[in-house]
Amino acid sequence: MRRLRAFGAFLYDFVIGDDPRIAVVVVLALGLTAVAAEAGRAAWVVLPVCVVGVLAFSVLRVGKD
Amino acid sequence: MSHDVLLFLTVFAACAVEAVEAVTIVLAAGITRGWRSAWAGTITALAVLAIIIALLGPALSNLPIGVLRLVVGGLLLIFGLQWLRKAILRASGLKAQHDEDAIYAEEVALLRAGGEERPGIDPFGFTVSFKGVLLEGLEVAFIAVTFGGNQHNVGLAAIAAIAAVAVVVLAGVLAHKPLSRVPENTLKFGVGVMLTAFGIFWGAEGAGAEWPAGDAASPLIAVFILLVSLGLVSVLRRRQTPAASVGAEAIA
Repeated sequence: MRRLRAFGAFLYDFVIGDDPRIAVVVVLALGLTAVAAEAGRAAWVVLPVCVVGVLAFSVLRVGKD
Repeated sequence: MSHDVLLFLTVFAACAVEAVEAVTIVLAAGITRGWRSAWAGTITALAVLAIIIALLGPALSNLPIGVLRLVVGGLLLIFGLQWLRKAILRASGLKAQHDEDAIYAEEVALLRAGGEERPGIDPFGFTVSFKGVLLEGLEVAFIAVTFGGNQHNVGLAAIAAIAAVAVVVLAGVLAHKPLSRVPENTLKFGVGVMLTAFGIFWGAEGAGAEWPAGDAASPLIAVFILLVSLGLVSVLRRRQTPAASVGAEAIA
């Protein structure tokens, strides 16, 4: 059980890392892209905008602290 | 063609960075606890990695391309953004730079604190080498398998990964000390940009979006992400005060 928990912690740290908000925004942005593509809109815009937004928010927040 | 060059360069740079970290750990273990244990730990870790790659590679290549691009693009994007975030914080002075000399000194102190070296295979030296090679190797495998799988060119990604590891190991053997001259922080910044750019490109395609420039969009996205990242570094540097620099130690 302890080893399983340690492996889970490793996986979390490996993929999600220091700021879990990044992972949440990426998943939401992918969903939004799929919805926009289905609706025939310019879906390619969604991901770059969301990525830049969350990256700026994440690093500038560290800068503020 | 441009995709193949980008694929090779990205996988090579990412794997070289990870290999530098692994070589530093193995060097520290070998010098302080004996080479037999360090090599045994390294070889066992490489065998475990080979099994993981053998299981993961075919599983990924069996997925439909749309699903593969969505899942791998999303994972690469999350992974790449974390990498890029750290690189931006390092470049702006808010996080300590990756220093192989300091990491080596830290590992040596830790290994020396582990007590007397045991005859035969020293468990401490074995474990440190095994963990170092396995963890850094998993990152290498993740990048090579996802990039290669998505581009339907696992062979080229594997060649880039093996070439990077070979170059770094050879340099480590020749230098016999930590590879602190490798511009690791700059490489990490570049790799973070590339992982993020490919993640955006494949993730959006996997979700059903069509890029206006087609395949030519991926280098353009990379340039866009690079400019944004450099802009963020510049903003953070300008914002920094002496008080913030003190706070940076805590973050690092």
